[in-house]
Amino acid sequence: MPRLSYRRALTRALADEMTRDESVFLLGEDIRVAAANVTSGLLKRFGPERVLDTPLSEQAFTSFATGAALAGLRPVLEFQIPSLLFLVFEQIVNHAHKFPLMTGGQCAVPVTYLVPGSGSRTGWAGQHSDHPYSLFAHVGVTTVVPATPADAYGLLVSAIRCDDPVVVFAPAGALDVRADVVDLAPVPLGRGVVRRPGTDVTVVAVGHLVHDALAVADELADQVSVEVFDPRTLYPVDWDGLVGSVSRTGRLVVVDDSNRSCGIAGEIIATVVERVRLLAPPRRVTRPDGAVLPFAPALDRAVQPGRDQLTAAIQLTMKDG
Amino acid sequence: MTHDPVRLYRTVRLIRRFEERAIELVRAGEIVGGIHPYLGQEGIAAGVCAALRDGDLVTGTHRGHGHVLGKGADPARMLAELCGRVTGLNRGRGGSMHAADFGVGVLGANAIVGAAGAILTGAVWARRRRGDDLVGATFFGDGAVNEGMLLEAFNLAALWRVPVLFVCENNGYATTMPVAGAVAGTIAGRAAAFGMPATVVDGQDPEQVRDATAAAVARMRAGGGPELVEAHTYRFDAHHTFEHAVRLEYRPPDEVAAGRSRDPVDIQGARLPPAARAAVDAEVEATLAAAVAYALASPPPDPAAALEHLYASGLTARTGGG
Repeated sequence: MPRLSYRRALTRALADEMTRDESVFLLGEDIRVAAANVTSGLLKRFGPERVLDTPLSEQAFTSFATGAALAGLRPVLEFQIPSLLFLVFEQIVNHAHKFPLMTGGQCAVPVTYLVPGSGSRTGWAGQHSDHPYSLFAHVGVTTVVPATPADAYGLLVSAIRCDDPVVVFAPAGALDVRADVVDLAPVPLGRGVVRRPGTDVTVVAVGHLVHDALAVADELADQVSVEVFDPRTLYPVDWDGLVGSVSRTGRLVVVDDSNRSCGIAGEIIATVVERVRLLAPPRRVTRPDGAVLPFAPALDRAVQPGRDQLTAAIQLTMKDG
Repeated sequence: MTHDPVRLYRTVRLIRRFEERAIELVRAGEIVGGIHPYLGQEGIAAGVCAALRDGDLVTGTHRGHGHVLGKGADPARMLAELCGRVTGLNRGRGGSMHAADFGVGVLGANAIVGAAGAILTGAVWARRRRGDDLVGATFFGDGAVNEGMLLEAFNLAALWRVPVLFVCENNGYATTMPVAGAVAGTIAGRAAAFGMPATVVDGQDPEQVRDATAAAVARMRAGGGPELVEAHTYRFDAHHTFEHAVRLEYRPPDEVAAGRSRDPVDIQGARLPPAARAAVDAEVEATLAAAVAYALASPPPDPAAALEHLYASGLTARTGGG
């Protein structure tokens, strides 16, 4: 069975969509030489007209893509650094996202923003280690965080085919994941998946943290039956799928690589408690409030959600009721 | 491209009277939120749009009524939009600062200063890549030349030779900030830094604007890259209608009087025989009377559909209630 890496799954998704649809093209910094090791081989295959290297003008090329989308193309933008999304937040939120409503439905803005290497890459320090997916969920831009190679392929394909802007976060912590992949297929936006069935507690894990949650669930298997739910899309969340899981287990722990205040974990907990009577208070494991990732590796790890914290949160939740 | 002085006069007169009727509707409470009047600057939108083809694309600004009307949008649906009616160009979802009519090539007034240049550059690039023979014109004020994203757009358009005309409406003030207090160097000099030809014109003379635009557009259609036109003009009225209630002292009265003495409507009107001018004036009055009646008779949108069109994909947002 062929083993597929997460990165090559992204490459395959780009190549397949560019083959299928002439209107798809790529735009970004150093993508012709594939500095981020995602667009590898695409320049040779599709030519410079469809693989555009841009100057270091993130705001202009983000809005350039909005304009190209208004004119009927489907741009895919690659951002080498997750923090660049702060720089272009205005262009995405104030223009790409708002145009359909503000124009009364006269247009669509089908742009995909791909961030291969979001979150900590260890040692890249304060300005290269953010994971700002909750910001996009807050403003209502479709946001996906694939955890596996198959989902990286399937969600990127669906993002490119979507008629709205979509941000695709490919966590640095998942880029080296390899998996046996039989069939690559589109994965619908807004549909979560139970990665591991269980009966005592639902652990909602985002992106690369799905793998940590699965490891913790295995470690605790003789004490507690953990169900791991991977929302895959953070806007819109698959609320019915999530509520179904928590209704079965009655307990909820969320592990989320966002800063604590206004992170997606808070929204997940709030929505679940609006709809489900839990057996114990819900818990969340996140980055601290206002976290800036410090450089030294031990400090970097100290502010990211870790397996020990998740284990403790699960055990406390079980103890609470 | 039209050389017809009557048609050009009709456009400046239409924009002038549209703005005056809109201000009446602001005062009557029919337009909420106020407007940024284009009074005094009509020659620029009219002159530029007269040199464009129907298929060319434009983007406007928060002071954008002239751009939308100049490119050919229906004044009645434009006014209905300002009044927040469901028959408006944007079905009441955009209002004065976001009026758009993709059907006539207006990709929207854009209320973020300096933001539209890159959007239009991308749109023109994409359409030309598809084989469409068109150019674009993006309007912005003197305040926008200090916005980084507009300067980035200058660079992208020049680098990739995208035929976009960058039209700077230099009315002397960014809200209340005079150009001398905000702009180091010159506006035209910024174009030179990107290798873009720049033309400085009298924005009060619609024909001068039209001719300068026509020359630039001809070079662009022949394969030239983007160009800049800096049109000197004067805003006759407030930055925004809120100033009608709150007097802000930033323009000396003698400067205002001098600025208002060079009126693009009169400059263009003087090129017509009196009878022809009177006929246009009457026609414009009738058009706007009908537009006002249409807007006021139109129903407001249904609040239950407030977020209709939020997602082109058909996604529906969760409601906000408990």
